[in-house]
Amino acid sequence: MGNPGSGLKQVRLSLPARDEDIARLEPGMIVYLDGVVYTAREGVYKRVIEDGVPLPEGLSAISNVNFHCSPAAAPDPDGSYRVGGVTATASFRFSKWMAQWLELTGTKIVIGKGGMPREDYSNILAPRGAVYLTTVGYGTGALLGRGIVGVEAVHWMDELGIAQAMWMFRVENFGPFIVDSDLQGNSLFASHGDRVNQRLEGLYEGLRQPALHRYGETDDRRKEVM
Amino acid sequence: MIANDRIEEAAFGIMCKAAIDIPEDYLKGIKGMIDLETGDLSAFVLKSMVDNYEAATEDRRPMCADTGLPRYYVKVGDKARLADGFVALERALRSATARATHEVPLRPNRVHPLWRNDHNNNVGLNAPEVEWSFEPDVDWIDITTVHKGGLFGSDYRMLFPGDGVDGIKRFFLDTLIAFGKRGLACQPAIVGVGIGGSKDTCMQLGKQAACLRIVGEANPDPKIAALEEELKELGNNIGMGPMGFVGSSMVVDCHIEAGFTHTGGMPVSVHTFCLSSRRATARIHADGSIEYRTDPRWFTPYMRRETIGWETPEAASSRFG
Repeated sequence: MGNPGSGLKQVRLSLPARDEDIARLEPGMIVYLDGVVYTAREGVYKRVIEDGVPLPEGLSAISNVNFHCSPAAAPDPDGSYRVGGVTATASFRFSKWMAQWLELTGTKIVIGKGGMPREDYSNILAPRGAVYLTTVGYGTGALLGRGIVGVEAVHWMDELGIAQAMWMFRVENFGPFIVDSDLQGNSLFASHGDRVNQRLEGLYEGLRQPALHRYGETDDRRKEVM
Repeated sequence: MIANDRIEEAAFGIMCKAAIDIPEDYLKGIKGMIDLETGDLSAFVLKSMVDNYEAATEDRRPMCADTGLPRYYVKVGDKARLADGFVALERALRSATARATHEVPLRPNRVHPLWRNDHNNNVGLNAPEVEWSFEPDVDWIDITTVHKGGLFGSDYRMLFPGDGVDGIKRFFLDTLIAFGKRGLACQPAIVGVGIGGSKDTCMQLGKQAACLRIVGEANPDPKIAALEEELKELGNNIGMGPMGFVGSSMVVDCHIEAGFTHTGGMPVSVHTFCLSSRRATARIHADGSIEYRTDPRWFTPYMRRETIGWETPEAASSRFG
């Protein structure tokens, strides 16, 4: 099958990521990480931003990478954790918390599934010096699981459960990820989406109109739609 | 007589195998798509997925951390006898789910829809789902588990006879485009299409078509098989590959299942079984021995019967010959 993607640029970053490293990332680059990443999704965001619970001490010095993820993990009797697979969850659902979260934590890299809306990059991430990396696939759960060499800490396990707790992962050659957004607010997903969109109308050419139109095709509820 | 501990062992075995080992038919399908894919990012994604399957099998870890909604399909031979009954069988399935969640480990995905509380074992109210079918003249039990994602990629639409195949194509395109953007459907997928039945059977048939038939297997009705091919080509011609990148790899295979429906309607459902198409089947024989495989063989001629009574399998299959 040849070597698909061999023409793509690859980079390996040490964490916490430095501003100059982040500035060099371009949409479409392949990235691998070394250091500590933390998981946070709706459970953590609500707890910290809406309920005002303080962040774990020294978070920003330990990690500036927020992974939108819930691991497949299980506690062992000795209090340690076995982490099997690791896969991201869809990030666009977390838009409303991101501005405050980036400011509170100093996070510079957000990793997740499927990117954020393009205006979030220009309005929220890029102005705060942050970029977005997407997981590949999705998900390369086993490859990412291999990249996790240890669990440094788990915060709020009792309150939030395995899926929503904040996991601090020590990682090595953790990836692959693809750069979606850069510091200029460009988005790989958006540019590919634009190219895909150009073809869409043609796909429906020649197909007869439906017997009844439906909500979604129009927002006008006075029309006869199903 | 089949003892209940054999059933639990088989159920635990398939939970582990499904989570870790990609079925051979799907792997072959993805490798074939890499050769045809011209988008460089799309090809990179497919290649990474193949690396991921290999890592999962080597390390015995789940290929995807999103457990999806693990569920079971049980086919009971008409001559099979259970030592401890069906309530015990259902308990064995729930117990195997909880044990596999801890031992593989699998991410506990199942929470109460309103209160969001989590038993941390993928078992709860109406979970895992168990669907039943029967098979004449045999004394084994087949148990299949499917770990299918639970958020994006499925939809339902009530169409009408006047919409015809064009209506099915419109809906098929609408669904793949909507869920294909950014790769939310985790394509390329095995796309299952349910046509007919009532609303719930339409959803059920489409989901079973996606999850319980292997890549390369055509519907025995030649006209439906031709429509499967047509829809597959339509999907791969959208211009969208994995993760919604420019590319051609959207549909690994398309499976259609149909059911008699209301004379005035033509309900259709579309389901996508993702890049981590996790399924595994165990057959428990009457002597308690267990055989594992990845082809569920769910849609038997008996399942697709149209008659009141049941003819012999040979007579039924000759009608498609």
